[in-house]
Amino acid sequence: MADAKVIPFGEEPRARRKARRTGRTGRGTALAPVPEARSGPRPVPAPQPAGGRTLDERIAGGLAFLRRRITGDYEVDDFGYDRELTDQVLMSLLRPLYEKYFRVEVKGVANIPAEGGALIVANHSGTLPLDGLMLQVAVHDHHPAQRHLRLLAADLVFVLPVMNELARKAGHTLACAEDAQRLLERGEIVGVMPEGFKGIGKPFADRYKLQRFGRGGFVSTALKAGVPIVPCSIVGAEEIYPMIGNAKTLARVLGLPYFPVTPTFPWLGPLGAVPLPTKWTIQFGEPIPTDGYPAEAADDPMLMFNLTDQVRETIQHTLYKLLVQRRSVFF
Amino acid sequence: MGNVVLVTGVARQLGGRFVRRIQRDPDVDRVIGVDAVAPEHHLGDAEFLKADIRHPAIARVLAETGVDTVVHMDINGTPLHSRGGRASVKETNVIGTMQLLGACQKAPAVQRVVIKSSTSVYGSAPRDPAVFTENTPPKSLPSGGFAKDTVEVEGYVRGFARRRPDVAVCVLRFANILGPSADSPLAEYFALPVLPTVLGYDPRLQFVHEDDAIEVLRIAASEPRRGTLNSGTFNIAGDGVLLLSQVSRRLGRPTLPLFLPTVTWAGTVLRSLGITDFSPEQIRMLTHGRVVETTQMRETLGFHPAYTTAETFAEFARGRGPGLLPPASLARTVDRLAGVLPARRGPSQ
Repeated sequence: MADAKVIPFGEEPRARRKARRTGRTGRGTALAPVPEARSGPRPVPAPQPAGGRTLDERIAGGLAFLRRRITGDYEVDDFGYDRELTDQVLMSLLRPLYEKYFRVEVKGVANIPAEGGALIVANHSGTLPLDGLMLQVAVHDHHPAQRHLRLLAADLVFVLPVMNELARKAGHTLACAEDAQRLLERGEIVGVMPEGFKGIGKPFADRYKLQRFGRGGFVSTALKAGVPIVPCSIVGAEEIYPMIGNAKTLARVLGLPYFPVTPTFPWLGPLGAVPLPTKWTIQFGEPIPTDGYPAEAADDPMLMFNLTDQVRETIQHTLYKLLVQRRSVFF
Repeated sequence: MGNVVLVTGVARQLGGRFVRRIQRDPDVDRVIGVDAVAPEHHLGDAEFLKADIRHPAIARVLAETGVDTVVHMDINGTPLHSRGGRASVKETNVIGTMQLLGACQKAPAVQRVVIKSSTSVYGSAPRDPAVFTENTPPKSLPSGGFAKDTVEVEGYVRGFARRRPDVAVCVLRFANILGPSADSPLAEYFALPVLPTVLGYDPRLQFVHEDDAIEVLRIAASEPRRGTLNSGTFNIAGDGVLLLSQVSRRLGRPTLPLFLPTVTWAGTVLRSLGITDFSPEQIRMLTHGRVVETTQMRETLGFHPAYTTAETFAEFARGRGPGLLPPASLARTVDRLAGVLPARRGPSQ
């Protein structure tokens, strides 16, 4: 488990964890076929046929794309999501980072429903929200139905120029109950990182220690929309920018939630902003159904807290499991 | 039943068109157009009364003519050519509405009041939800300009609705109205040869076609059809969304991205020189964009716009001359390029 601190979660869950741990040893072999299953649908995604296409076809496709773009003949949805641009350009830009740099390994992608809405709840880390982007690529490239993840982003993203434009075009929207519910009711896969800035801006010493999950608003949104919650654990993002300090005064002056100080940033200038090439694992857990609850359940705070804890513990335990399995941070 | 309709703001294109349209309604017996200046366009058989709604004289008009439906369209962002600056527009918007509603309150014959409001009541801020519903509270209330006027106007309308519960009050919040004859500041903006935009922002815009605006005003001003309700507040917008970048490409006008402080500063200078009426809240709208939900419009009001946002814009763009980079010739260039490439010739045919 490297040197990450393990924090116990009280009595009852510990028993459950023990049961799960024994289950894990049994599942060690059960997990093995998953990469095989993943390589099955691999030829389906676009990049594979793109590589197989002749040069002529690719030029023709590129020109058709250019023609649509320069004449404005494409569509965006109410949130400003530009599907064509995301598929053809933004995803292609992120894919080298995803495949070659972080070498992301995806497990349990079948836990994301092939159709209908679902709320993916993931841990958040890494100083810069690269984990969200990698999660988006993972869902898009590995899911057999090529589903598009719609991420909920912090309001800071929509205040910053350029960032807000790209975020909207990539299908992200503001993390608020209204937007999340609208997307879920339309049957979209919504990704949320309830830890927010507390998770992404935590010091390196606290890595893989889940922070408070907001006020649990994501649970009531999922409940109202009646969609399953898919817990998701991301390992590897914590070490891309080891945040050893936080220049709080500077952050306040710049209006940022934190100003990271890493062994390389800001000392090496822009070179310090290059993330460390860690090896990532993204595991999607078993979906937690929410459609069995009555309509008024979303107003029951106890139920909300319980469900929030359940999701949080699932993610935390999966993180520990993945950390145990991990051979090294970089390989 | 004798249906007497009073329409304010008929000197504007939209008001004039609305007056001409409702005369053809079989239920309407008499149409009275009111404005402070005489309209340049004809109003058909409608009577025109030159009256300023900012003055209490409007109460006498209501009492003498026995008006039962009031369509208040004199809520505008910019002055009508001769009518002076922003101060008088604000006065017409706010004081005019107060006077008109006060007059309506004193007129027992009034049964229906329709207000032409705007989606600017929601403001435009990065911290707002992506799509506004009728009851989304704005995160930051508009601080001034037309947007603040509409917020205040709607406040007075709510007060009126409380005091006269027997009157059906309908507030229509229109997205940007575009059409062949639209004379809005946004239409002026789209007429520029090069569109200045804010660097790093690509706002989402929604449009309503003029014809749809007239039609929905007519629905709101007449008896509700079966299964629909035409009192309350409704967002009115065409389906779908266009980005400003898309709009500029479809219009064939290049954009000139500028830093936000530059845009704000240039807007202030141009405004104080009297060259343009481009207000800060319009700059905000063209920075952060605004999208509203129209489920209520469809399901409760029972109105289905004939034009989507994209169709409205296409119609508008057709009425304007081609820009510096017409999309048709750009497309032709790409096609020619595709034809020139020798490799392309084989598989294409």
